[in-house]
Formats: sequence, structure tokens, C-alpha cells
Amino acid sequence: MNSKSMSDKIVGVLGAGSFGTAVANILAKNSKVLLYARNPATADEIQSSRLSAGQQISSDITVTHDLKQVAEACNVIFPIVPSANFRELILQLAPHLRPYHMMIHGTKGLDLQIPEVKGPNFVLGKEHVSTMSEIIRKETVVVRVGCMAGPNLASELSTGHPAATVIASPFTEVIQEGKALLRSENFQVYGNADLRGVELCGILKNIIAIASGILSGLGMGENSRGLLVSRGLVEMIYLGQALGGEISSFIGLAGIGDLVATTTSTNSRNFTLGYKIAQGKTLDQALEEMDEVAEGLNTIKIIKQLADSQGIKPLITETLYKILFGDMTPENGVNFLMRHQANIDIDFL
Amino acid sequence: MESISPDYVKKKYEPIVRGGINEWPVVALSKNRDEFIEEVAAESIKRIKEQAPTRDALIEELETTVFRENLRIKRNPWAVDPEDDENFLKRVKEQLLEVSQSDDNEEIDLKIDEILEEIVSRYASEIAGNFKKSRYRMARSIVTFGFARLLNASRARGFWSIFSTQYTLQDKINITGEVDQLRTLAKKGTIVMVPTHFSNLDSILIGWVINALGLPAFIYGAGLNLFNIKVISYFLNSLGAYKVDRRKKNMLYLETLKSYSSLAMQRGCHSLFFPGGTRSRSGKIEKRLKLGLLSTAIEAQRVNYQKGKHDSLEKIFVVPVTLNYNFVLEAPSLIRQYLKLQGQERYYVENDEYSTSYKISAFLVKFFTKGSDISVSIGRAMDVLGNYVDDQGESYDKNNRVIDTQEYFTLDGKVISQNEQREDEYTRMLSERIVEEFHRINKVFASHLVAFTAFVIIKKKFQKLDLYNLLRLPEEDLIISYDEFRNSFEEVLRKVHSLYNEGKLNVSPYLTGDPDQIIKHGLKNVGMYHSKRPLVRNRNGDITTQDLNLLFYYHNRLDGYELEKYV
Repeated sequence: MNSKSMSDKIVGVLGAGSFGTAVANILAKNSKVLLYARNPATADEIQSSRLSAGQQISSDITVTHDLKQVAEACNVIFPIVPSANFRELILQLAPHLRPYHMMIHGTKGLDLQIPEVKGPNFVLGKEHVSTMSEIIRKETVVVRVGCMAGPNLASELSTGHPAATVIASPFTEVIQEGKALLRSENFQVYGNADLRGVELCGILKNIIAIASGILSGLGMGENSRGLLVSRGLVEMIYLGQALGGEISSFIGLAGIGDLVATTTSTNSRNFTLGYKIAQGKTLDQALEEMDEVAEGLNTIKIIKQLADSQGIKPLITETLYKILFGDMTPENGVNFLMRHQANIDIDFL
Repeated sequence: MESISPDYVKKKYEPIVRGGINEWPVVALSKNRDEFIEEVAAESIKRIKEQAPTRDALIEELETTVFRENLRIKRNPWAVDPEDDENFLKRVKEQLLEVSQSDDNEEIDLKIDEILEEIVSRYASEIAGNFKKSRYRMARSIVTFGFARLLNASRARGFWSIFSTQYTLQDKINITGEVDQLRTLAKKGTIVMVPTHFSNLDSILIGWVINALGLPAFIYGAGLNLFNIKVISYFLNSLGAYKVDRRKKNMLYLETLKSYSSLAMQRGCHSLFFPGGTRSRSGKIEKRLKLGLLSTAIEAQRVNYQKGKHDSLEKIFVVPVTLNYNFVLEAPSLIRQYLKLQGQERYYVENDEYSTSYKISAFLVKFFTKGSDISVSIGRAMDVLGNYVDDQGESYDKNNRVIDTQEYFTLDGKVISQNEQREDEYTRMLSERIVEEFHRINKVFASHLVAFTAFVIIKKKFQKLDLYNLLRLPEEDLIISYDEFRNSFEEVLRKVHSLYNEGKLNVSPYLTGDPDQIIKHGLKNVGMYHSKRPLVRNRNGDITTQDLNLLFYYHNRLDGYELEKYV
């Protein structure tokens, strides 16, 4: 699609964190962008300084803190905020949304909703865990929903190196719209109809990224990383299948592609968190030193609870849980995993 | 007679269309039957060509159709099939042969267009109903009068009671739910009624319900096998039914059927189809719906918007309905088929157990001479995206904000676009909503609850057995002490009432009061006319079954509410 015909459309981005800003800049190559920041002062500051999350923003980006304005001006909206704030944001936006809106989110996390009053027979189940697209479907009238996932390290996207993303949606028109809006000479866009699977890829790979950071922090070398990545992928697939995704998505760009990028890059937030932990910092210290959310942490918490109640045993996730929230040291964690009786390499294909 | 709750009050509904029968769209449709069939054929050809866009693809589609039709005629002929079926097919085959021998592309195109039109026109006129005003009136009065006579003769005493008017069909069949809304919306909008499907009786029953509610005739797809029986065929034709042949699964036929349904809806004909496709073999409420006919509702709505029909009262309204029985005549053969299919039986022929008028007449006499109540729950109307609508036809989101259904068919709220893939996805979403509503409006009978409790008790006793071994248990293992049964029953009953309070299901008025009485009522009614009863009390007063398959069948009605853990 040529940029001229796009220029009259305004695209909305919700969230001016590093990934939201990077996506806004990519979108601004094809269209005018309205970038939403929650805090009015931050919004004004970005608008005047043209700097957001350390990135220079394109002249085609306007910054706002008014959700109503975003809903009214934009037909396509990209919510890109941490999963912990996602539901709240969507609830605020919901009254302004209309059935014609399309939403493509870029949040790689889960949302856990436990009922306030639990009956005696309460069992935590899949129905209590939502992906971000499910929140949109549940809380708004928007039905044409998609997600964006893949090896998209925010810090690298801003440099303009070649990269690619996956737009997943059951609606072909959402994929097409996403492609038209995001595609540029250095940015490829693939489509996938398995929305849930692609969302789960992005979510579950963060767990493995933290583990990879721990390996590097302990100075363990690349053989161990190869081991981790391949066993990590197997664990992702088991969990992903249990949560309703399709295997094929996990061997695509959003699965293995993203996994390779985040487990090897020091720019990854989840990797960085693991690295700091391995260097002997406590979880609180490590979090203190980071300015953005590492989604993997919350994901580990949710997956651990879910696995316990469902009687499944994701080995890597459980070990990480013990390291992060229990008193297992990173070294013992690695030893524990290495002592574990090895199984058949691949038994799901 | 047992006490009857207020929602079962007999009510007489006046016909809702002031202009009377002459203004019904279905009458207009039948008046111009030939013209409509032509329109259907033209639309079908357009669709078929979209799906088979090249010459080769079209020829392949034609060949497949001929091949399958041949198989159908040879392997599974029905009495209702036209006598010239075989000759027609022979002719088409010869024409196809000529095509394959020709080199002249222009000639080939002409020929295959001709063949396509011939087949599709034949299908279209087979499907098309033959609604006749005069016959409708007569059929209606016969049904109402005849049923009433039967009822009175059986319930009241003495020969003269046949002329009594004490009982009407409404004593037998209770209609509850959103009746008034349905009547209001039917005045201007187009209703698409989607009932659950358990018995062949459904087709007749729902026809009566529509009439009893004072609604104009609906067009509805009835299984072609029902037309085997002359009497029923007469009634169905008169009541506005069109024919659906489940044996024909070729693309040409399916597209013709969809065109018929869609175009009739666009003309404002109220329609009815069983979205589960066939009767539920397992006795479970349908969980997966057939999407073909359902997609025509979404398509018709979009076309109407494109034509500029924006009045919210003129929308297409989807109304789920559940038909609730204590007894399903065909249960023994249905559950047998289900178990066979589940057991991976490869070849399975659609059969036709209602093959004789005798069988069905015998059933009708039984049904009317003995008391077995049927209830019909009318669900809240939804737009084609599954949003609830109010009596003005406005759609609401779950926060009670009015939404404009038309915007689902646009990218900017203004320009309506046609997008098949989008509409396929909407169809899937709508089907999920209908299934959800089925479970919500489903009326739990005492008979369902006793069957459910008893089967789950047996299942839990033999947890290690799979279904097939469980169903082969010897009689002596199937006895449940009454106290044990009663305890579990009360637990499940309590949960059912709490689900009812949460609006997640509906309950029969017989489900209140003394549990012993409820159990008694349930045992009396569950599968009451089967020669082997699914549930009885033995000499010691304990609960046992004479046919575990049937018990499984009636238990399945409450599948999907997660009630198992309360047993």
C-alpha cells in the first residue's frame, strides 16, 4: 500500500513505554499516529521534547492523554501496556469503543482473575487466566482483535535494523490492516490465524528468557544455552497446548524466532532480570534497578499456580519460581535441572 | 392434576399481523414461487462460480456431484425421491462426457453452464416449500382441533368428551420465556428461530408453537425424510416448510440451500432451522452447531444494511429456543447410533426410523393419551452478532450501551463492506452465543435430574471403567440404595437452584418442594414410554435401571453444567 492513501488515517497507540514508542515510530512511517500516555504531565513532556522512553519520536506522532480522543480519531488501535495495567486501561477505553474498531495489542503477558469469594470446591482453571485479546473481547464491543508478536526488542526496533513481526488474528482483514500499517522496507510482517497460539508464544518465551539470563549471569556458556533454548521450547509447547494454542505457531517467528532473540540479547528485560539474579541480587534489588516491567516474572507466578491446580509439572518454570520467590540459589537451580532424568528429546510432533 | 405454577398459565395470543395472512412475506414468496426459484438458482450459480472460479474447477465440482448423487441413489434411496432421479443423472453424465470429449472451450463453457443451471434449478425447486394459504388454514385447524379432541378424549371420561373443550394443547405444552418480545419483534423485523433438536416430533411441535403464539408462518427446513410420510408431508408443506436433504452433501446442493435461506430472509420471511443439523444423538444439548445455514442470517443482515434498511426494528433477530421433553421416542436408536459413531464405526448410513406412518401415529396417540408434559423455552432475541436486543430492536453491549449492529460490517462505522472471511468468523461467534443461550434457557425437568444423578452415581462407583465397559455392567451392579440416591439428588438439586438464581439455567416448576416428591415425579416421567425404563424403583424401594444406555441418554441432557462434582 502506498503511503499517500494511508496518510489520512490516524492510528492509535496506547502506551508510551519503549515498545509502544518503537511501534508508534514504525507506524508513523505510513500514517499519522496518536500516542497515548496515561499521565498528562508525561504526555505534555513527550509532546514538547519529542523524546519518549529514550527514543526520538517521529514528527507524525501526536501525544495525548485523552482516551476518548484516541477512540474517536482512530479506527485501528494498538494497546501496548504492561499486562498488569491492561485490563484497567481497556475498561477505561471501553465506553468509547464501537463495533467498527480494530485492536492489535502488543502485550506479552497474562491476566489472572480470581473470584473474591471462593467456594469450597474452587479450583484455579484456564477460565481464570486470560490473554490480552480475551480481555478486549470480554470487556468491549470490539470483535476484530489481533496481536503482534515476534522478535521485536524495543531497543533494536528503534535503530531501524531489519526485523519482522507476526500479526495474529482469526480475521484476515485484521492481518491485512496490520500489514498495511506496519510494513516498511526494513520491517517484514507475517500473518497467522492462531491468535491464541501466537499470544502464548510471546508470553511463555519470557520465562525461558529469564532462565537464559541466569545462565549468562553464572557464566555458563553457549552449550548450556542451546540446551535451555531447545528444552525451553518443548516446555513452551506443552504449556501452550494445555492452554489452547497450536504447535505450529511455536515453531514460527513468534515462537522460536522470538525465543532466540530474547534468550541471547542483553537488551531483553527478562534476560536482564535473570542476569541480575544470577549475580547475587535479590528480586527486589533487581527490580529496583530496572525501569520497565519484565513480564516473565508475572507469567511465572501465574503459570506456577495454574500448573499446581491442574497437576502438570513444567520443570523450568517451577525451578525458576523457586529461585525467584523461594530460597533456591541460581546455582542449585541449574544443578537441579541437570540432575533431572532426561526424557525423550521430542515426543509431540 | 398436579399444581401448576404461574408461568404456566394458559394464554391465548392473537395473531400479530393486522393485515392478516395476505401480508405475510411467506405468502408473497409462494405466490411468486417460480420467480423465486429462478432467483435462488441464479444466486446459487453466482456463489458456485465464486467457489469454483475456473473451468476445470467447475467441471470437477460437477463430476463430484454426479458421483456422489449416484452413490446416494444406489446406496440410500428414500421413498420420497423423485422417480426420474436416475434418468436425470444419466442425462447429466452423458452431457459431462460430451464436454470431456470437446476441444472447443467456448462450447465447453456453454455446456457446463447449461448443466450447472439444470442441476441447480432442480435442487432449488426441490428445496422450495409450497406454502398455500388455504391449506395452511386448514392444516392449522386440523392440528389444533384434532389434538384437542385427542386430549379431551383421553383425559376426560366418556365418549362425548371428545367434543369437550376442557383441555387444549396448551395444557400439554408449556411455552415460557420471552414470548412478548418475540411477538413484538416479529411485527417488523425478521425472526430467525433456532431450536435445539432432540426428536422428529420437534418439527411438528415447533410449527404448532409458532401458530399458538399468533406468529405468522415461518419457513423452515425440515428433513426430507419426514416428507416420506404422506400425512406429515401434507402438514409440513402447508405450514411453510422447505426441504433439506441431509444425504446431499455436495457443494452445489449446499450453496443452493444457503441461497434459498438467505434470499427468503432478505425478503422478510421469518425462518427456522435446527442449527445442530440433525437430532442430538447423545441427548446432550448441542455444543457444535452447523455453520452453513447460520451464516445466511449474517449475510442477509449485511445485504439488508447494504440495501439501506437501517431501522433497528427491521433487523434480523436470532431467537434461541429449547424444547424440553421427559421422553424422546427415538432415544433408544439415537443413543445406539451415538455409541456406534463414538466407537469409530466407519460407515454409517443416515437412516430413517420414522419410516412408517404407523409408528408415528402410534406415538402421537401414546403422547396424547398419557400425560407427559413438554415445555418450550423462548430465549431473548439477539442481533446476528449475539448481542441482546430490546423490544425496539436496539442492540446492547454488556454495559447496557446501545450499539449499532451495522458497524460490525464496516471499518469506519460508515461504509458497509462484504467480507466472507469476516462473516465466517462472525458465524462461529454467533454459534457460540447460541450454544451459551441454549444452556441458559434449557429447562431442567425432574426427570433429567434423576437420570443425571443416578448415572453419575454409577459412573463414580466404577471410575476405572471407560464408557463402553460401564454400559456393559451386569444388572446386579446397577442398584443404588434409595438413601444414597436421595442424598446426592438433593446436593445436585441445590446446585441447580443456585445456578438458576445466577441465571445460568432454567427449572421446571415441579422442581420445588419435597425432594421425595420431586424424585417420584422424575422417576414417573423419565423416558416414560420406553418398554425398558431408564430408571425404576425395585421391590426394596431402591433405584435401578432397565436400560443403562437410555439412562446415559437422559443423563446427557444436563451435561456441560459441571454438576458431576456434586454427586
